Amino acid sequence: MTLKECYEAMGADYDEVMSRLKTEERVQKFLIKILADSSYKLLCDSLEVKNIEEAFRAAHTLKGVGQNLSLTKMYQSASVLADVLRDRHDYGEDIEPAFEQVKLDYEMTMSAIRKLAESVGA
Amino acid sequence: MGSKKKILIADDSELNRSLLSDMLADTFDIVEVENGMEAMAVLHEQELEICLLLLDIVMPVMDGFEVLAAMNKSGLIKSIPVIMISAETNFSYVDRSYALGASEYISRPFDERTVRHRVISTIMLSSKQKELSQMLAIQMYEKEKDNRLMIEILSNLMEFRNGESGLHVLHIHTITKLLLETLINKTDRYHISQNDINLITNASALHDIGKIAIPTEILNKPGKLTDEEFAIMKTHSAEGARILSDIPLRENEPLIKVGYQICRWHHERYDGRGYPDGLKGEEIPIGAQVVALADVYDALTSKRVYKDAFSHEKAVNMIVNGECGIFNPLLLECLEEIAETLKHELHVASIDSSSEKEILSAVETMMKDGEMGTSKRTIQLIEREKMKYNFFARLSKEILFDYTVIPEMIILSEWGAEYLGMQEKILTPKESDFGAKIFSPQDFNDLLEKMKNTTPEDSVTETKYLLDINGQKKWNKIIAKSVWSDDDVPEYMGAFGKIVDIDDEKKKMQHLESLATRDQLTGLLNHKAFKSEVSRIINSGDGRKYILVFFDMDNFKMANDEYGHMFGDEVLKHAAERIKHSIRNADIASRMGGDEFLIFMEYKDDPEPQVKRIFNQISGEYKDFNIRLSMGISFAKDAEGEYDKLFNMADMAAYSVKQTGKNSYRFYDETVSEILNESSFEERKL
Repeated sequence: MTLKECYEAMGADYDEVMSRLKTEERVQKFLIKILADSSYKLLCDSLEVKNIEEAFRAAHTLKGVGQNLSLTKMYQSASVLADVLRDRHDYGEDIEPAFEQVKLDYEMTMSAIRKLAESVGA
Repeated sequence: MGSKKKILIADDSELNRSLLSDMLADTFDIVEVENGMEAMAVLHEQELEICLLLLDIVMPVMDGFEVLAAMNKSGLIKSIPVIMISAETNFSYVDRSYALGASEYISRPFDERTVRHRVISTIMLSSKQKELSQMLAIQMYEKEKDNRLMIEILSNLMEFRNGESGLHVLHIHTITKLLLETLINKTDRYHISQNDINLITNASALHDIGKIAIPTEILNKPGKLTDEEFAIMKTHSAEGARILSDIPLRENEPLIKVGYQICRWHHERYDGRGYPDGLKGEEIPIGAQVVALADVYDALTSKRVYKDAFSHEKAVNMIVNGECGIFNPLLLECLEEIAETLKHELHVASIDSSSEKEILSAVETMMKDGEMGTSKRTIQLIEREKMKYNFFARLSKEILFDYTVIPEMIILSEWGAEYLGMQEKILTPKESDFGAKIFSPQDFNDLLEKMKNTTPEDSVTETKYLLDINGQKKWNKIIAKSVWSDDDVPEYMGAFGKIVDIDDEKKKMQHLESLATRDQLTGLLNHKAFKSEVSRIINSGDGRKYILVFFDMDNFKMANDEYGHMFGDEVLKHAAERIKHSIRNADIASRMGGDEFLIFMEYKDDPEPQVKRIFNQISGEYKDFNIRLSMGISFAKDAEGEYDKLFNMADMAAYSVKQTGKNSYRFYDETVSEILNESSFEERKL
């Protein structure tokens, strides 16, 4: 699997990330780093105990990561969730669907990155 | 490695940090932290190394805004530029970041080019600012240094124009500055920098210091000067230049150089018809040209002993028409241009110099404006200090003085000068009444020596002298602090201090002292004082021969009983007078108490003649009373330095006289004790 194929599988913008970060090598390095990133786990754990503030920060970080690497789909759903969680203290009905979308996009993104990692032997 | 600049990245996402780090690591050393608290800790620890902070907003523990707020509080925001990096594109985040002092705001997703470019340009801008502020600091420092030097000179020389100088100096200062600022807008022919303006403006205060050498009679003469007087007056410009060039080790100070030009050439005229050197046109340094014009303008618009003040318009007219000599046409243009400003600016400072209160309030107003240059304020502060000093000196009725070695002079406080009947400024004080009449010449030399023999560490002297103040001899205490230069080898510059009248105090002390040592009735020493003085002498080992004479009156009880105590006292006083009359200056006499007296005296070969003479002088009729004495004499050589022993022997001898018929004298010897043994001397003691 090439980097470009991976980006297509993730619903992400290959051209955009290359224009900003310049080399495939760098993009790939950081992409694989996401596998070790704990933000998603923090997000899930925080929502489970209804720690909205912590959950917002985790969603926000996920959004930033998605943004930095032009992971369009993941960025978009994380962004929606971050907006839902921003500046609120109570758990509400609207959180669940936004979170579900993040789960879907995150899993899809991760599985593509894992495949890429396997193919480059990382 | 060490030469790379260091950047701090604060972001809670490890991934984001490493992405930024990756983009910058080839040019910078990177320090990473994951929250605001850690960021603050690193900033405090490495304030001098960190040249930029890349700051995320949303972070745990302490977010980006809180970091900015903390940096504002501690002042770090001024030394370390901050670039915000955030996924937030919300304007309120951006605005708030800038409001809190962030230099840049980069939104995600960022690209390498933007990040590098902004990081580098922010760092360059900030180091440029640091350099600029350093330059500014140096400039400020130079200015203050000049001002300090200025105070040094001015405070010694300000008084020379009898109170007029303060305002004149201030006016010249203002006019010079305005003229120069206008001039540099017109032409760059003279290459005048802002620094030069400061220098010339500061130095303008020195333009007339040469007048210190002009006699006051000429300086303050109300009428027209004679040719001869005018010739003397004219020497002040060259004289001022000489004073400046004589300041040791200072000749290379820019202020002194410019001051020299201004002093020497502020009476030169553009057409070459001025003095002292007849310089022409641009041969005259521009600073001197400007001050010359300022001087003429201020002289015209101010009241002087020999003239009234002209109006501003009249003054400008007179100058432009060449009535005060020919000036650089360009400067005349400048003068006309600043005419309105000048009128206003000088009005603030042109107050009748006799009213201290008004000057004070004017100074305060100007201070409030905050527009004043440092040196202008310095001059006003000196003025104010001078007023304060004169005021307090007058209140406390102390004579304050300021003595300088070069030129040798003493400046007295206003009240002090009035009180002593001297001028405030005394040149060559040794030859003046101050150092030759008020002080005796020896005392004055002693004082000068004492002040000179101090050290910078121990610079205060205190001495008492008997001064002649308006024909009256009065004790005064002089307390002075000597002034030493800051040089590696400190040089004695002079001293300042006060002269305090302690005459009353001294007289009281002397009176108290005499009360303590004298017998009140007769004025002779009391026994305590007598004893201590005699003890001192017989133990001094001076090799001389002394006797102690002790006597009482044989029939004194009768005088008291028959004529009353008043008469008794009269007899005692009479006896004391006879004693004073019959002893020599070096002899010591005491009334021991009651009718008992003591005399201690030196003798050469045989003491008997002088004892006999005293005995005869004191014995005799007083009114109806016949004074008869029983007198005993002992020799100091027999007393082995013990007063009590000496006294006992004289006492015993006198008692033996009483036992053997009274009205006589006897020298102590062994026979005395034999007589006393028989007549139980000890019994009497009981």
